[in-house]
Amino acid sequence: MNPDLVPPLLMPLLAVPVARRLAASLAPRSAAWLLACTAAVLAASSTLALVLLAAQGALLLPPVAALGHLTLPLLTAGTDGLGGFAGLGSAGLTVPAACVAAVLLAVCAGAVTLAGHRFRAEMARARAATGTCVASGELAVLQDSDPDAYALPGRPGRIVVTTGMLRALRPGEREALLAHERAHLAGHHHRFIVVAALAATCHPLLRGLRAPLSYALERWADESAASAVGDRRLAARAVGRAALAARTTGSARPSAALAATTGPVPRRVAALLHATPPAGLRQARGRRLVAALLAGCLLVSAAAAVEAATDLHESVEIAQGE
Amino acid sequence: MPETHPARRPPGELEASVLAALWAAEGPLTPADVQRDLGSALARTTVTTILARLHDKGAVARTRSGRGYAYTPTQDSPGLAARRMRTELDKEEDRETVLARFVSQLSPDDEQLLRALLDDAESGTDAESGAGEESGVDAASGTGEGGGSR
Repeated sequence: MNPDLVPPLLMPLLAVPVARRLAASLAPRSAAWLLACTAAVLAASSTLALVLLAAQGALLLPPVAALGHLTLPLLTAGTDGLGGFAGLGSAGLTVPAACVAAVLLAVCAGAVTLAGHRFRAEMARARAATGTCVASGELAVLQDSDPDAYALPGRPGRIVVTTGMLRALRPGEREALLAHERAHLAGHHHRFIVVAALAATCHPLLRGLRAPLSYALERWADESAASAVGDRRLAARAVGRAALAARTTGSARPSAALAATTGPVPRRVAALLHATPPAGLRQARGRRLVAALLAGCLLVSAAAAVEAATDLHESVEIAQGE
Repeated sequence: MPETHPARRPPGELEASVLAALWAAEGPLTPADVQRDLGSALARTTVTTILARLHDKGAVARTRSGRGYAYTPTQDSPGLAARRMRTELDKEEDRETVLARFVSQLSPDDEQLLRALLDDAESGTDAESGAGEESGVDAASGTGEGGGSR
């Protein structure tokens, strides 16, 4: 088994906390990009590593080897003489690792397909719900006393708001709400969320990036709303009052179990009101160090995966008797 | 430049604001009511135009009121279907995965903290109660169409 395959699989252990730390010190927009890209790179590297692990095992199967005109002894033996090239090593470790990798890949593929399917179904249902209500272009109002609002991506995207939400807010706050949802649509924020969700499906350790990412996206939209209405306090009140309204009437929601400690809403409101730099890492130097560490993590992870792919390619060529 | 000039806002955005105002109201609104609700900086003619456009689209119904019209958002759908769909959506554990909600659930601690934050915010600007008044900048820099960007 190629040792290059280990870093891509284990790197999220280190990179996820580092990325979270760095994101907390960045402006919302940069934080969202950072978290989504980190998730994408780590997921791609670890998936590539799994593919390579599985492929190594597959090549040892006589039918596969015959198909590729491979000479098995050459494939497994490796040739330490050839510039430190390690070959695939003995079948002893490669085969079980390949089996595990193949199972994991199958599980991943299944889960990703399922998640993709679920996203589409979810969107279709949300669309069906808004299709039955009055719509004036971008705004779809649901007649429902439970305060709720969300952006429904698509062409064109829609802002869905319940009458309960509209009535809970004052006029200026309604404008802030609309501006917030417009920012979600204009910034294609759902794509970030889907990337992170799929990445977390590929590698469970990447789940830790999802909560900070959704927070960064909400903050991003909050900042857009604040500048659209030209008043940070107004935007803060819109978020705060909407949350309080949703709390009093919507407490029977099944998703109520989500909140645990200090939730994102008070932090968003405080960020709009105080506009202080995010806690921790205020010094540029500390931030640069963390950024360098994260860049290192991503680079090592991706480079190791690519290196392993090259190695496998080389061993195949050698085994082909060239 | 944080300000937006409503004259340059896409017409769809103003329509959404007007429609939101109508849905938020308990009864029919005249153009004057809508204008007051949205902030005095928005010109009456603009409001009337938008209401007429919404009426053409079938998004609002109007009734005679004095010399003009009063508008209500159309209730053509019973709302029950929409509600049922939403209940179904809520059953999805992971709905937030694609539909980013405006606000997430609050814990009791969150609620207290939030109330304290909002009290601070309110006391900072008690002059403001409706919309639009608090920044004279908007009105000053506004064009003839007004500066009621909120």
